[in-house]
Amino acid sequence: MRARVLVRPKAGILDPQGQAVERALPALGFDGVRNVHVGRLIELDVEDPSRLPEMCERLLTNPLIEDYEIEQ
Amino acid sequence: MKFGVVRFPGSCDDVDALQAAARVADAVLLWHADHHLQGVDAVVVPGGFSYGDYLRAGAIARFAPVMTEVEEFAREGGLVLGICNGFQVLCEAGLLPGALLPNVSLKFIFRQVDLEVVRSSGAFTGSCEVGERLSIPVKHTTGRYYAPDDQLDRLEAAGQVLLRYAAGHNPNGSLRDIAGVCNERGNVFGLMPHPEHAVDPLGGSTDGLRIFESMRAHVEQHVLA
Amino acid sequence: MSSSTSSLEERHRQLGLTDGEYARILERLGRAPNDVELAMLSLMWSEHCGYKHSRRLLRRLPKEGRHVLMGPGENAGAVDVGGGLAVAFKVESHNHPSAVEPFQGAATGVGGILRDVFAVGARPIAVLDSLRFGEPSASERSRYLLDRAVAGIGHYGNSIGVPTVGGEIYFEGSYEQNCLINAMCLGLAPHHRLIRSAAAGPGNVVILLGALTGRDGIGGASVLASAELGEGDEAKRPSVQIGDPFTEKKLLECCLELLDRELLVALQDLGAAGLTSAASEMASKGGVGLMLDLCQIPLREQGMEPFEIMVSESQERMLCVATPERVSDVLGVCERWEVAATTIGCVTEGDSFQVLHRGVVVADVPVGVLVDDCPLYDLEPSPPAARLYPAPDAVLSGGESPEETLLALLRSPNIASRRPVFEQYDPIVQSRTVRRPDEADAAVLVLPDGSGIAVAIDGNGRRVGCEPRRGAAEAVYECSANLACVGAEPLGLTNCLNFGNPEKPHVAWQLVEAVEGLSEACEALGVPVVGGNVSLYNEAPSGPIFPTPVVGMVGKLPDASRAGRLGFARDGDAIGLLGPFEPSQVGSELSKLRGLAPVGELPMADAARIRILHQGIRARVRSGAFRSAHDIAEGGVAVALAECCIAGGLGASVRLPRGLDPFGEAPGRGFIVSGPAEALAGFVMIGTVGGERLVIDGLVDVAVSDLRDAHEGGLSEWV
Repeated sequence: MRARVLVRPKAGILDPQGQAVERALPALGFDGVRNVHVGRLIELDVEDPSRLPEMCERLLTNPLIEDYEIEQ
Repeated sequence: MKFGVVRFPGSCDDVDALQAAARVADAVLLWHADHHLQGVDAVVVPGGFSYGDYLRAGAIARFAPVMTEVEEFAREGGLVLGICNGFQVLCEAGLLPGALLPNVSLKFIFRQVDLEVVRSSGAFTGSCEVGERLSIPVKHTTGRYYAPDDQLDRLEAAGQVLLRYAAGHNPNGSLRDIAGVCNERGNVFGLMPHPEHAVDPLGGSTDGLRIFESMRAHVEQHVLA
Repeated sequence: MSSSTSSLEERHRQLGLTDGEYARILERLGRAPNDVELAMLSLMWSEHCGYKHSRRLLRRLPKEGRHVLMGPGENAGAVDVGGGLAVAFKVESHNHPSAVEPFQGAATGVGGILRDVFAVGARPIAVLDSLRFGEPSASERSRYLLDRAVAGIGHYGNSIGVPTVGGEIYFEGSYEQNCLINAMCLGLAPHHRLIRSAAAGPGNVVILLGALTGRDGIGGASVLASAELGEGDEAKRPSVQIGDPFTEKKLLECCLELLDRELLVALQDLGAAGLTSAASEMASKGGVGLMLDLCQIPLREQGMEPFEIMVSESQERMLCVATPERVSDVLGVCERWEVAATTIGCVTEGDSFQVLHRGVVVADVPVGVLVDDCPLYDLEPSPPAARLYPAPDAVLSGGESPEETLLALLRSPNIASRRPVFEQYDPIVQSRTVRRPDEADAAVLVLPDGSGIAVAIDGNGRRVGCEPRRGAAEAVYECSANLACVGAEPLGLTNCLNFGNPEKPHVAWQLVEAVEGLSEACEALGVPVVGGNVSLYNEAPSGPIFPTPVVGMVGKLPDASRAGRLGFARDGDAIGLLGPFEPSQVGSELSKLRGLAPVGELPMADAARIRILHQGIRARVRSGAFRSAHDIAEGGVAVALAECCIAGGLGASVRLPRGLDPFGEAPGRGFIVSGPAEALAGFVMIGTVGGERLVIDGLVDVAVSDLRDAHEGGLSEWV
């Protein structure tokens, strides 16, 4: 089955990519945007979805600096 | 004394590290797919873009076959030096605390910076003086050192911060201006600046040689003696 | 069926072939070409691959030289640098893709020129870039292109571990619609590892190395598709090629090892027109035929048609030829480097280029028709009847003091410090760099025996726009001057000709004049042209870009530790002004700031005297008599003096010769040098190094720190 792992920077860690995007949007006429964070999406076909959390902990994310969310 | 410099697919500064190490001792290349360290006395994990920095810098290299032996070598007290991408690999492997994040500027930065020696006892900065300034270049996109506050407090209290960027010289937003840290035991050291690019009078500063010399002195005193 | 309801005849026009060219194809083949053949021919006979409008003209360039090992016609030129080593080098443009997507366009431009260099067996050791954009103050688009192109160059060069050691950037309204991205690469090889691309030996095996083949760059040829791709057509035929430096790093190491082990007969990189041009050129050079089986080619996309596979411009691929006995060794080396390698065909007797797909011959064209029969057109030059380039907006009124003028020049985008750009590049990986971007007028790399290689890249389009013949010659003189300032003797030159539409008589005239100017200067200095590139049709509705011949020059010095520097070195040193330096305001940076159009006669150049001047400077830099040397370029002697103060961190006190325009220009002919007074005896001494201010008697008295602030501030607001 097809799974998606959403990886986000941990709250509280400076996210200059998110800040850069947040700064750029008003310049293009998009107001009222706050709290932008930039992460990563990993999509994969898996035979055994129960192993996804372990995959995330060991390789797909760095738990010190990233949080993740699995969608199936 | 023999240094071993690991080469991953995508390593760029491996030959530079090899040449630098060869100025103070013997030096050989360690191929990523081999399961042996050729009897070296110290391992250098060099700079570059191992595996294209895919997923996260160092995230894939840390699982290379040779890293099994490097981790064992470190567990047994062997000296391991991680430079730039090598620092990233060692953090991903859990051999060093913390992680490296994108530079605050979000751009690659090359700059000759001044580092301050914070601690000079030990295998890597033993031949330096506390407070001494070393002029060494940085060149990276993902060099901002991070660890949670309480961990940073512990690192500083335990003397694991060996090098800091001098005032005004922090190029990437590293917390507490940390440029290089070692593990609790003091045998594994990682830094973002490139000491192997400060060893030749032709290039300017030779301050980077001090780190290789410290390692040789340590091995000669404690291992080969 | 879809778009193929139009007849083949109309389709040739859609593919960019003229009726005359199509008729020539019919005549040469003796029949009509099928779809696949038409696609292949339309690309091989395009301006980009066929050099239809420039090939005859380029024959004028001097190519002979005693150091030349490989001249024009191979993937890169090469010169002997002593110690059994050769330096291969070339410059290439990637202008049009960069206008579409500047990050990837610039990145793949670097990737492409790297491949050209390791295709001849040389390890890439340095990259330089010559860039042109519109005015950053006037155009958000130009700022965007600058930002992204620099990021792309850095991304590719830094990731693959080749230092970017130099370059140049000019901002002119003329380039607003047509940015220029020219990338130069130098490589190092022991003589015996240099390899040519000629395929040889019927029965030998053709092997494809590197990345998978997708639909990248197919674009225009898509009219031949036999089926609609359905929704998201555009996305399935990406017009943007994505570069992957990691794959290329592995490919590079793999190819060099294959050559070190002498496992290959021939090597060629895949660039424009992909497999079609790489394979047909290999066959043509070797006087052999080729057979390719498309089913063997590893594909990235489903259902690719034969014509797509033949013209795909997917990056990071190389083609090689090996004898049958060596194939397993070749595949073994590739496997170790994790480089995909597939046998896709063989060399044949005769002159047929045959392409098979599912057992059926889908194309069968004589090699000569693809490579040699492309028509060559004579240019029909005629000087422009009216002024081509408008006057720029004035930044200065003309009422400013000399000091205000100097600071305005230092701050101007064409002169300001490029630090915000070159800090995004790694200039030191591979540990050969002895002079970094702001330390000297040319980059210097050390060789194993302690000697040095110097390299510079130059080309002021605005001055060429004033007078193409003299302006183009100036680019050569300026490169030679840059090399002299580090103590290097020129060995060879590469050039990229960036011009407008050559079918217009005034552009044809610019081309002819520029090539003549380049040739005269090369002959006068004794520097051969070993290779280069042409980019035409850089034109907007408002007119062509400035004619922009970009020159890259490589030189040698016996002792890299004695390479020159541009900054004043020591308090008390005497400062000399060397020439004969007869500057004028025509085409100058100051005249641009004052809002003057680029018209007028450029100062005459006495080539013989320039040669002697450069030799003299070179000798005295090598001996250490000159502690600093800097050629006078944009902004004239006042700016040059300021640059020497800023770089050296030392002030100076000088008096200029009476009547000398402090901001006048004459590239390649004026120098500011410094050294012990005894060493400068016999030269025109204008003052002394010392203090913290630049004092030019009667003109300027300003703190070096103020000069530095203006200089460093200029570009940093845009980058």
